Amino acid sequence: MTLNDIMFYLFAGSILTFSLLTVISRRILRSAVYLLFVLVSTAGIYFMLNYNFLAAVQLTVYAGGIIVLIIFSILLTSHVSEKAVVAPVRQQIFSALAVAAGAVLTILTITKFAFTPTASPAIEANVTNVGRALVSYNRDGFALPFEVISILLLAAMVGAIVLAKKEKHLEISGDQPNTNPDNSTKS
Amino acid sequence: MIDNVPLNAFLILSTLMFFIGIYGFLTRRNLITMLMSIELILNSVNINFVVFNKFLYPNHLHGHFFSLIVIAVAASEAAVAIAIIINIYRNFKSIDVDNLDQMKL
Repeated sequence: MTLNDIMFYLFAGSILTFSLLTVISRRILRSAVYLLFVLVSTAGIYFMLNYNFLAAVQLTVYAGGIIVLIIFSILLTSHVSEKAVVAPVRQQIFSALAVAAGAVLTILTITKFAFTPTASPAIEANVTNVGRALVSYNRDGFALPFEVISILLLAAMVGAIVLAKKEKHLEISGDQPNTNPDNSTKS
Repeated sequence: MIDNVPLNAFLILSTLMFFIGIYGFLTRRNLITMLMSIELILNSVNINFVVFNKFLYPNHLHGHFFSLIVIAVAASEAAVAIAIIINIYRNFKSIDVDNLDQMKL
């Protein structure tokens, strides 16, 4: 067993431990920090597979972007000392049973299936190859998904701004009478 | 680089991570922790794509790009979901799913 193998099992152990802690921790802020550790360990696995660009994207987008967003929203919506409400014990037991059954079934299927790798020569996933393939419209090019993702990001950005901004009160403009009295008390 | 590690080890790792995420999604009652469980699930799927690309089809980069696209979709999904959660918190003063039955008829 070389040092690389030991590193893989170290990363795998930290991923499993911290993802379990993310799911069962009662404090929400702590489980967000455990999720950060899971994502950083996943980036380590990508680095060990020689996918450096993907690992860098994982670190910047997930660990730098999504976790910060989640921590901000936790701080906006709950107190730091607040403990999360969990499901009743009966539901927890049945969920654990269902999840364990699914995991055992999937692992049995994986170990039974014979994967056959191709014999073709490998291409290296360095930044040059990745960048050329990302904007190429030939065969093995990914220009269309690139454009679709850019439109999706724009739509998500506009949608998030529209959803999160405060609504102005309709009484000021006066063009629409407020027919439902419940709405005015809630907003 | 870690070619000595068998493919099954990666697949078992991602399977366990996926089902831990599903367990969290089923048992959590807070919307933000449910969102974190979804991030766990998406991350395990990413590991699967990357490992299949590396071990089975190293002559293409399809799994690599699919993981990139999944990361982008996860980012936009998290942004929209958190906007919705903050809006819900503003209206109901709570983000526990047990209290969110106002949309029922």
